[in-house]
Amino acid sequence: MKILVPIAKVPDTTAKITFIENNTKFNPDGVTFIMNPTDEWYALVRAIELKEKQGGEVVVIHVGLADSEQIIRKALAIGADKAVRVDADPTDAYFVAAQIANHAKTENYDLIIAGKETIDYNSYEVGGMIAELLDLPCVALVQKLDIENGVATIKREIEGGTETVEVKLPMVVCAQKELAEARIPNMKGIMGARSKPLAVVAADATEKLTVVANYSLPEKAKECKYVSPDNVAELVRLLHEEAKVI
Amino acid sequence: MAVLSFVEVSEGKIKKASVEAAYYGSKVAEGLGTDSIALVLGAASADDLATLGQVGVKKVLHANDARFNNFDSKAFAKAVSEAANTTGANMVVLSFNQNGKLLAPRLSVRLKAAYVPGAVELPVFNGATAVVKKNVFSGKAAAHYQLNTEKKVIAVNPNSLSPVRGNGVATVEAFSPAVNDADFSSVVKGTDKITGTIPLSEAELVVSAGRGLKGPENWGMIDELAKDMGAATACSRAVADVDWRPHHEHVGQTGLTIRPNLYIAVGISGAIQHLAGVNGSKVIVVINTDPEAPFFKAADYGIVGDAFQVMPKFIEEYKKFKSAH
Repeated sequence: MKILVPIAKVPDTTAKITFIENNTKFNPDGVTFIMNPTDEWYALVRAIELKEKQGGEVVVIHVGLADSEQIIRKALAIGADKAVRVDADPTDAYFVAAQIANHAKTENYDLIIAGKETIDYNSYEVGGMIAELLDLPCVALVQKLDIENGVATIKREIEGGTETVEVKLPMVVCAQKELAEARIPNMKGIMGARSKPLAVVAADATEKLTVVANYSLPEKAKECKYVSPDNVAELVRLLHEEAKVI
Repeated sequence: MAVLSFVEVSEGKIKKASVEAAYYGSKVAEGLGTDSIALVLGAASADDLATLGQVGVKKVLHANDARFNNFDSKAFAKAVSEAANTTGANMVVLSFNQNGKLLAPRLSVRLKAAYVPGAVELPVFNGATAVVKKNVFSGKAAAHYQLNTEKKVIAVNPNSLSPVRGNGVATVEAFSPAVNDADFSSVVKGTDKITGTIPLSEAELVVSAGRGLKGPENWGMIDELAKDMGAATACSRAVADVDWRPHHEHVGQTGLTIRPNLYIAVGISGAIQHLAGVNGSKVIVVINTDPEAPFFKAADYGIVGDAFQVMPKFIEEYKKFKSAH
């Protein structure tokens, strides 16, 4: 089975969020970048598990500039067999999805496993867009994924519970928590990653549908109103009369 | 020209998040001086659908086709695109909920439309372009997306705006999209719904607790307050990971993102990953023994105190309040 896993590069969760150039650009100064957690922990690891069980190949694809090499090598160290980097700045989800779909068109993947939303833009876009560009079925919020005889059995999150569906491959899956257990690359993986193939390809000319006009930070920090633990009645009164939420 | 909102039904009932999307669509239509049209796929009663008129929808297109009773992203994307094309809608609005998160990007591709995932405010138009605010970096900042294409797709973050209801009644029209059986790619084998409790993603009020409760046997007071308030229960990642509470209750960066009217956090320190899942809540109450807990910085109301002493009083005072109101 041939599996493609798109990976994104995001600022570490603890990064301080500031903007430059008149609030039109994220300030990367002093920020550590990591592989998007759901891509790494769930999508990539489940792809590797499926390959270990059934044979095949796991390819990671990343749209980004040369400074992304570290996260791509990490994906190879965790167990991907080879990597492709599309050399372009990923500023628009449609642009990114189109690059990945164009690669996938000629490679005949059985399965594409994307992560959940990236932790920077929280957008949840690329997986669904790839599916539509390739006219493939897609299931999101996937907590369990098994493949047998070319059919995927999937448990996905729905409002207030889960649903189990069966879908014929090829398809796109968007992974989330519970799909797999995160793996830490071992020394053998890290050494091996250095010699695994990483192809750098030029981006296709594709239009960008959105532009971030500018960013803004929350206006001001909230002021917490403290209530004495001996006067909980006051809290109930405030919630009713002032906050008007009960 | 029209604004089309995609309204989801579940077991014949209109989803709350979709009512918000329809309201958002109506507000946009009002601003543009055009009609607000809604599309409903799957079984629902015409009387229920007519109530969408209360949030400004003029006409409901209803594909009363049992094949749509289960969500299938490919077939749904095809049907919604067809409705957008036949109504001449340049804007499609839907909820950024479980199904919307997958349907919207497919629509964006199908319609070649710029897409805003998780809008928190109404768009600001400047000629043919629109700028829409959405939260980024888990709520630590906002980005103002500029949509340059003629067609636009907006997925509205649940609980971003409160629909104001009027007396309108929508007309309901049958709609038969050209979707064939092969477009339905997933076969539903079963569902596992958590019954007897309010779904967390739909809840207006949420009572949540974390490690400060010391053990799963102490959740009785959380459940009791939630039951009295008609609230859903939630928890931090730490307690879900040690199986004190089920995983579907976990809110935060890697769990569920919620935006209730009231979020009560008991014995949760407020790590940034937890805040990411709840900081869109309208009002946050924090109860914690540690006055330095970071959660107080994100709170509207705080009590520095021991949950085991504060919660019984909270339950008692709430019961008193409820019987008086």
